[in-house]
Amino acid sequence: MVPIAYYLVLAAVLFCIGVAAFLFKRNIITIFMSIELMLNAVNLTFVAFAHQWHQINGQIFVFFVMVVAAAEAAVGLAIIIALFRVRQTLNVDQVNLLKN
Amino acid sequence: MNPNLLWLIPTLPFAGFLLNGTLGRRLPRPAVATIALLFTLAPALLVAELWGFMKSVGAPLTLSTASHPWIAVSGLSFDFAFSVDHLTLIMLGVVTGVGFLIHLYSVGYMAHEEGYWRYFAYLNLFMFFMLVLVLSSNFLLLFVGWEGVGLASYLLIGFYFQKDSAANAGKKAFIVNRIGDFGFLLAMFLLIAHYNTLDFGTIFTHIAAAHLSGGFLTAIALLLVLGAAGKSAQIPLYVWLPDAMEGPTPVSALIHAATMVTAGIYMVARCHVLFDHAPAALTVVAIIGALTALLAATIGMVQHDIKRVLAYSTISQLGYMFLACGVGAYSAGIFHLMTHAFFKALLFLAAGSVIHALGGEQDMRKMGGLRTQIPITFWTMSAGVFAIAGIYPLSGFFSKDEILFQVFIHGGALYILLWLVGLLTAGLTSFYMFRLWFKTFFGEPHTAGHGPSHAPDLHAAHGAAVHAQRETKLTMVAEPEPHGVHESPPSMTFPLIVLGVLSVTGGWVGIPFALGGQNEIEHFLRPVFHPIAPGQLEFYPEFVSGGGKEQLLAFVSLLVACAGIYFAWLLYVRKPGEATRLAELNPTTHMAYKLLDHKYWVDEIYQRGIVLPLLAVSRVLLNGLVDTGIVQGSAWVLGESAGGLNWLVRRVQSGNIRSYAGWLALGAACVIVIVLFGHHPLLH
Repeated sequence: MVPIAYYLVLAAVLFCIGVAAFLFKRNIITIFMSIELMLNAVNLTFVAFAHQWHQINGQIFVFFVMVVAAAEAAVGLAIIIALFRVRQTLNVDQVNLLKN
Repeated sequence: MNPNLLWLIPTLPFAGFLLNGTLGRRLPRPAVATIALLFTLAPALLVAELWGFMKSVGAPLTLSTASHPWIAVSGLSFDFAFSVDHLTLIMLGVVTGVGFLIHLYSVGYMAHEEGYWRYFAYLNLFMFFMLVLVLSSNFLLLFVGWEGVGLASYLLIGFYFQKDSAANAGKKAFIVNRIGDFGFLLAMFLLIAHYNTLDFGTIFTHIAAAHLSGGFLTAIALLLVLGAAGKSAQIPLYVWLPDAMEGPTPVSALIHAATMVTAGIYMVARCHVLFDHAPAALTVVAIIGALTALLAATIGMVQHDIKRVLAYSTISQLGYMFLACGVGAYSAGIFHLMTHAFFKALLFLAAGSVIHALGGEQDMRKMGGLRTQIPITFWTMSAGVFAIAGIYPLSGFFSKDEILFQVFIHGGALYILLWLVGLLTAGLTSFYMFRLWFKTFFGEPHTAGHGPSHAPDLHAAHGAAVHAQRETKLTMVAEPEPHGVHESPPSMTFPLIVLGVLSVTGGWVGIPFALGGQNEIEHFLRPVFHPIAPGQLEFYPEFVSGGGKEQLLAFVSLLVACAGIYFAWLLYVRKPGEATRLAELNPTTHMAYKLLDHKYWVDEIYQRGIVLPLLAVSRVLLNGLVDTGIVQGSAWVLGESAGGLNWLVRRVQSGNIRSYAGWLALGAACVIVIVLFGHHPLLH
């Protein structure tokens, strides 16, 4: 059986990649994808722990996260399209209308 | 009569004030006048009812409303309660009676003025506060009325607020009164500190029962005198009253002659128990009164503005009332207060009628020969002039003589001196009043267009324009009045006639025994000022000193009054221009005239000695150092440091999503570090 630490380390690595991508990428779609990556890293820990402790709660929670993520993706993509129509760009550094 | 009906007496004028104050702007003038009149007539009728009731009871009686808790703080509570005794009854009668007549007069007088509703709203507000003042059964409620009448007085002096002089006069009255109120407040604090209450009954019972240290009572009494001197225009705080003549003339009659200015006298009389136990303070009251009477009378001799003569005359007469209180003759003071309310209100209203007739002219040098043109005004004003001069048997004669008599028999060289001062003032009074009378109604007309030959055809031509410029200084300098001299409308002459009758007969309630009367007013006020046990005989000073002395004194003062009239006749009728020649006769008389003409330079002395130093201190120390330096400085430092902090924090809010995310990640990392290593010994 694979020790739980492996799962957790993998999840941590995935999460950190997500955070790094979120911070350093400029394309808003990539940023969106990095958010998904972070969410899935968390999902992985949920599932791992659920397996470890033989608890169904963690697995059910993952479904919730997936549903929320899907909803978020739908809204987010709609915003992105609206934004692109206005600004003709996907670069977040150029999306600072409220500040200036 | 249900004592709780007393609540209605002040509340009705207040309702009138609310109605006119809120809706008056939209109401037509007759409606405004009707509201104001009804809401002053009703309390007057209530007072008449009350008077009848208290008369029918016979025995001395104090009627009190239920008291409502008003302010209660740890161990100290003040009630909201009214009470009526015979002293209050006289005040109520004067305030509501004269007040109603003056409201009626105002309907005609103010008919063409702007701000008609505002005027009547203020007037009703004044009535409300004045009635609260006289009805209150404790110092605090009295103080509410006291401040309230001050407010109404300020509003009405500054009624023509577009004029700088009126606005300034209002401020002056208010500020000078603050000085007096300061004394009043301190007196109340001392009373609270010592008796833990402000209720009249409780305090006076305590004082009467236990002889406290005289110094303490004297201090309270002197502070109260300061308050009274402010409100009743006595030395050293009289300077606001002449300037208060900037207000409309009926206001001068009501507030600055008949009622409000007598509040100080009323207060002293109300606190007579306290003053009786502080003889030193009483002596001060007597001296202040006599000096004020003399000083104001001398200034009044050389004034040219008809209203200013009356203003100084008011100060002088208030001095008499103070003098009466100062020798413990409170009922004589209140008697004079009452007769003075009649004849001085009459004089002011008649002066207003003269001013009205001349289209705004107040300078007596431009009057003359009005006797036949405005006969009703002339005859009623004559009643007032003869009354104030103390001619037998008009009201002023009895009240003034009662005061002088009481001063004379008080004993001691000081009081003989004060009596002489009072007697001299009586002579001066009749001199300046007859000077006014002669200059206004006799001799040659002094203004173009006012001549009798022009009058008939112009008589019908007067119209609204006459009033438009009234009491603005414009008419004083500019063009001669184009309209003829005309008698005032009935709404103005009716109050004049009523007050004229009262000025003649008002004194008959106080004819002394020595002159064949019953001195009813003394008897009426006796339960208030000298309560006696049942069965005990009433004691009147004149029984002891003998009627002969009183008759003699009355004769002397009548003689002095006649001398005053003779000199006035000599200077202003027989040889017009003689007064001017006399003033320029030699350096001494010239100096004397200058001194009087400049009102002893008191205003200038106050300006240089008090106002300017105060302003300088305020500008340099309070404004320059404290306000700009400390207050504004610390506010500036606070503002700047907040600005600096803001500059720092603003960097964080860049508007860049990735920087927010970075901060978020950093924060999360910090949380993780704390959670993971929170228990690590290195962190402790």
